[in-house]
Amino acid sequence: MDFDASMLFIQFISGLSRAMILFLIASGLTLVFGVMGVVNFAHGSFYMIGAYMAFTLTQGLTGSVGFWAALLIAPTIVCIIGGLVEVILLRRIYDKEHLLQILLTYALIFIFNDAIKMIWGVDLRIVDLPESLAGFLTLFGHRFPVYYFFIIGVGLAVALLLWLLLKKTRFGKLLRASAEHRQMVDLLGYNVGGLFTLVFIMATWLGGLSGAVIAPTVRLSLGMGIEIIIEAFIVVIVGGLGNIWGALLGALIAGQIYAFGILYVPNYAMAFLFILAAVIIIFRPYGLLGKQAQARG
Amino acid sequence: MAGVALIVLPFVLEKGFSEYYLYLAIKIMVWALFAMSFNLVLGYGGMMSFGHAAFLGIGGYTCSLLLVKTSCSLALAFAVAPFAAAAAGAIIGYFSVRIKGVFYFATITLSFAQLVFILAFKWRSFTFGDDGIQGIPVPALISTDETYINYYFFALIIVAISVYLLWKIVKSPFGLMLRSLRENPERATFIGMKVQNYRLIAFVISAFFSGIAGVLYAFLETAISPDILFWSMSGEVILMGLLGGMHIFLGPALGAAIMVLLNSFITSYTEYWGMVLGIILILIVLFFPKGIGGVMFEQSQKWMRKKGV
Repeated sequence: MDFDASMLFIQFISGLSRAMILFLIASGLTLVFGVMGVVNFAHGSFYMIGAYMAFTLTQGLTGSVGFWAALLIAPTIVCIIGGLVEVILLRRIYDKEHLLQILLTYALIFIFNDAIKMIWGVDLRIVDLPESLAGFLTLFGHRFPVYYFFIIGVGLAVALLLWLLLKKTRFGKLLRASAEHRQMVDLLGYNVGGLFTLVFIMATWLGGLSGAVIAPTVRLSLGMGIEIIIEAFIVVIVGGLGNIWGALLGALIAGQIYAFGILYVPNYAMAFLFILAAVIIIFRPYGLLGKQAQARG
Repeated sequence: MAGVALIVLPFVLEKGFSEYYLYLAIKIMVWALFAMSFNLVLGYGGMMSFGHAAFLGIGGYTCSLLLVKTSCSLALAFAVAPFAAAAAGAIIGYFSVRIKGVFYFATITLSFAQLVFILAFKWRSFTFGDDGIQGIPVPALISTDETYINYYFFALIIVAISVYLLWKIVKSPFGLMLRSLRENPERATFIGMKVQNYRLIAFVISAFFSGIAGVLYAFLETAISPDILFWSMSGEVILMGLLGGMHIFLGPALGAAIMVLLNSFITSYTEYWGMVLGIILILIVLFFPKGIGGVMFEQSQKWMRKKGV
């Protein structure tokens, strides 16, 4: 067995696609914390609803049309649910202590899980890839699933859009300002409440999108939401809670660690993520790109 | 009075209802002990550990493995287990107690606990992996094969002693110091307290008693599997603390009782127990943020003031 560069390259690409999935999920999580100061444990549920919606949509509309429709419609439905959750529940607890915020979003996990059980049942569901994305692509003499590159593309596009939004628009400036000092933005006459609702809608849209994107690569099950939330949470923490670029960095590291972990010690691949988290927190108790003040939470 | 009730209760449950209620009563005691041990860290120490399943599991696994793999006596196995949990608490605590951010603290404890879970899950030759250990050899005296009565009293004695010790710890100068540094760590540092030492000691004590709860849990089920180490267990014990009220000594025990009873009653009516639990938790957050125990405590205070007591 020769450990040539090509083996490393293959793992690198697979790690990159995993990283982009993690980033898609983590971005919504960290956005909500960064602006609103709330850790949304139910983010995994929005991701799961996105995936199940994608399942239903691709059942109704087969072929490529169904896939693209799912990619657009599933996140939209998810973000409507997200908006309702923010307006009805979340906005009542912004000034409460963290524990109560966690309890509320934790409670939502139970509710969404059972709601999904009621609607879709407990059977494992599979979403088919459209033919156009089901093939393989040859890169430097190696065959990769085209869908890997599709995922990487979506991840990069979301990163770019978020960058443009945060750095180049007035809305982004307001978001950054309210993250720094909510009362000041409020006093300046901006509608911070509305801003928070919008941010939560954006974040749950991202959650729904990541669910729809990942749906064709996994079996959909009721455990998928809580499975991913822990990983996404660790990615966010490693990068620095509330920092989008931290989430991207955290996801890139976590993706590669998993890809190479599974190559060398397949049984314990998941352990590396937790070792990474512990080591990073010990040496940087506010994450790689985080600010000390934010870590205090 | 409460003591008499606890002694009479099993006979009433057994005669009037069924063995199942006796099982539930023991389950409540075990979870109550776990939740109260955990609350030493959360409620009194102000540390949101998201990894306490590790100590419950290490306690249960240590005792079960000793009984299954060695000819060690029950007493010895039971005695070693809490110390194993405490040792794990010392290691995890050593790295964690200095972390100040709530979520970073939660994540580092979660990460360590998940590592323990992965070990138990994957290290088949040592832990039997995801099969777990079935048929833990529980001595005849406390066996639950025929009736839960004997085990009820065994668990009751152990839980009562543990809770009494926890109470002593909470009321001791150490307990007071712990609370003062939860309220204001900066000031506690200024007056010369070694904040991290206090936090670490609380963490280790909490792990010790969680380990005892783990042993009782393993004997009750006469089986143990990596599930006991999974992070959702750590989440559940947080829920119990918040549900019952984490600033009242017996609050978490009340939370444990509510969770166990709700779970058993609701699951007998509907498979959507999570939906009901979720709604209850949301109502707690919105209307009783101090927990059910907290509300009861406040009401009783009001009532006493009215009566002029």
